[in-house]
Amino acid sequence: MFYDFALEHAWLIPLLPAMAFVIIGMITRSYGKLSAGIAVCMSFISFLLSSGVTYALVNYGISVEQPFVQQLNWMHIGSVSISMGVLIDPLTAMMLMVVSTVSLLVQIYSVGYMKGDKGYGRFFAFLSLFAASMLGLVLAVNFLQMYVFWELVGLCSYLLIGFYYYKVSAREAAKKAFMTTRVGDFGLLLGILLLQINFGTLDFMELREIIPAYISVAGTGMMTVIALLVFVGPIGKSGQFPLHVWLPDAMEGPTPVSALIHAATMVVAGVYLVGRAFFMFTELPCVMNVIAWVGGFTAFFAASIAFTQTAIKRILAYSTISQLGYMMLALGVGSLTASFFHLMTHAFFKALLFLCAGAVMHAMADEANIFKMGGLRKKMPITFATMTIGVLAIAGIPPFAGFFSKDEILLAAAQVSTPLYVLATLTAFMTAFYMARLLFVTFCADPADQESYDHAHEPSKFMLFPLIVLAALAVVSGLWGHLEGFGEWVRFGHPHEAGIDMTIAVSSTILSFIAFGIAWNIYVAKRWSSDTIAEKTGILYKLSYNKFYIDEIYEALIKVFVDGVAKVFYWIDIYIVDGIVNGLAHLVGGISWILSKAQNGQAQHYSGVFICGVVILVAYSLYYLAVLGGAL
Amino acid sequence: MSIGLGHCLLLAAMLFSIGLYGALAKRNIIAVLMGIELMLNAVNINFVAFNRFTPVSDLTGQLMTVFAITVGVAEVAIGVALAYRIYNDRLTINVDELDNMKG
Repeated sequence: MFYDFALEHAWLIPLLPAMAFVIIGMITRSYGKLSAGIAVCMSFISFLLSSGVTYALVNYGISVEQPFVQQLNWMHIGSVSISMGVLIDPLTAMMLMVVSTVSLLVQIYSVGYMKGDKGYGRFFAFLSLFAASMLGLVLAVNFLQMYVFWELVGLCSYLLIGFYYYKVSAREAAKKAFMTTRVGDFGLLLGILLLQINFGTLDFMELREIIPAYISVAGTGMMTVIALLVFVGPIGKSGQFPLHVWLPDAMEGPTPVSALIHAATMVVAGVYLVGRAFFMFTELPCVMNVIAWVGGFTAFFAASIAFTQTAIKRILAYSTISQLGYMMLALGVGSLTASFFHLMTHAFFKALLFLCAGAVMHAMADEANIFKMGGLRKKMPITFATMTIGVLAIAGIPPFAGFFSKDEILLAAAQVSTPLYVLATLTAFMTAFYMARLLFVTFCADPADQESYDHAHEPSKFMLFPLIVLAALAVVSGLWGHLEGFGEWVRFGHPHEAGIDMTIAVSSTILSFIAFGIAWNIYVAKRWSSDTIAEKTGILYKLSYNKFYIDEIYEALIKVFVDGVAKVFYWIDIYIVDGIVNGLAHLVGGISWILSKAQNGQAQHYSGVFICGVVILVAYSLYYLAVLGGAL
Repeated sequence: MSIGLGHCLLLAAMLFSIGLYGALAKRNIIAVLMGIELMLNAVNINFVAFNRFTPVSDLTGQLMTVFAITVGVAEVAIGVALAYRIYNDRLTINVDELDNMKG
């Protein structure tokens, strides 16, 4: 059967896009259409395989407790043996579906979006590698394999954010993304090394058995350190405060890349890692608290920035940070199900929102400022409809996807901590407001620029198809997950009961509607002036508009700290390292200068020395003959 | 007073010393070659003298001398040819100026 084949050959899922990368990169790069065809084909096959794996999973009842594992020895160094392989449980299967679906749709979209770009082939090569890395990450059986793909994902994001490498801002953004996530990756690497040293294994299945036993014997001290270090990785990768700064700048890449990074391939890697290593985190309540608060704060903080941004993709970027904060919050309060449910629905509606934004920018000649758009409802009805679905989904309006997943998170938060619940609800309200602002200003308000308005048009069918599919998913995935028992599969420990707490659901929905109403009054009906509000809130508005000056603070810190350290190291380098090396060189030079004086080129001097040598040798031999009686 | 081995060796030693002095101290390359030749012949005298004063002579010393003279001739021929070439090249035969091999 096909699904047996898919399960047995799950390693093909990341391998096929990787092959597409190699083929395009080495052979067909200069043939744009062929390259796109190869990339889309490979993605489609790996999508089919992912579906097969998911079907097999349901058919054979593979659960979190009894995953399907296939591995072979990768390397053997001394007593350390590292495997590589595939680990399939419901978590993996869900991620496989999300990643392969979104990356397939994004690639189809890119066929239309990137048309005419001179890096067409290169773009598809990178996209394929990106998808391959993420699929490999999802299938990892141990921390090391995961780390390898984790870094590959980082590399791909660097390549794609800096895709327009001839633009300074793109280069800077790529570097920023790479280096910021590197800070997180360093923590993760330290955590992994400590795990290896302490337990002698990095295998998820083995660690799951060892760690609870270890904690009951040795206490939580060491594990807390390890878990916090591991969590630094997700902070960097998933754009949590304070390492979120790279994510908004990642907008410099082409829009399909943003969709891919924000929805499926890059930022959710952090959430997935925490979910995968949940057996470790759940044992450590204080670390869970840290995760929950980092997530909750990030959600609120990013939403407050998104309030005042004007670039369409930047608003979406901050909303991604905010939504990722939600997922972390859910993990922190112990609900793996809620977090991954939101991860799935978010992947669909965020990809949808980004692709819509791409379509809008495409139509407006790459204009990103929403206040220079307006009135696009009539010009781009399909884009408007799909974008509206996306906005309703993210705002948590029933029955769209975001409602169910957000409700799960709010419910989970409310059961653990009231402050976190209030923070999350407030964030939901803010989310609804700024998304409504984005939608209303772009599509409903009066056109701001008549000329670009006249040129606006619906995108090509390659771009519309993914929009429609994603819109459909953004409508049904929440309800489907709710009804079909998402929590019975993707869970940690006991099966999760899908339930809707009426108070929470109704209150958050009402808040969302209020937010919509306020946004409508400000931006469409213009009953309240947004400028007056900005003036009245004064410093708050300024803080939000300038992203709380985080970038500036970092810059100043880097100046002081890095430059200071650099000065010390410079001194050591010049006077100690170079001093030793140069000193040695001078010593040798001096000696050879003295010796070279003997090499004066005068044959007669040489002969003189030679004669002296002979005389000394003869005298020496005679001395020996005389003293030792010919014993020489 | 009959001439003995000691006299011959003394003569050879003097001749060698003069040759050595010439080879080391002279500026003219021809004079240097002449000094070398003197040292060579001092050695030849030693050979002949030892041959003469050995109780049972087998002419080895004399043979060696003939051999050494032959080699000496070849050496002088090459030496003078080199001196000639050097003069052609550098327009000098002063050995002090021939210090291209200076380190």
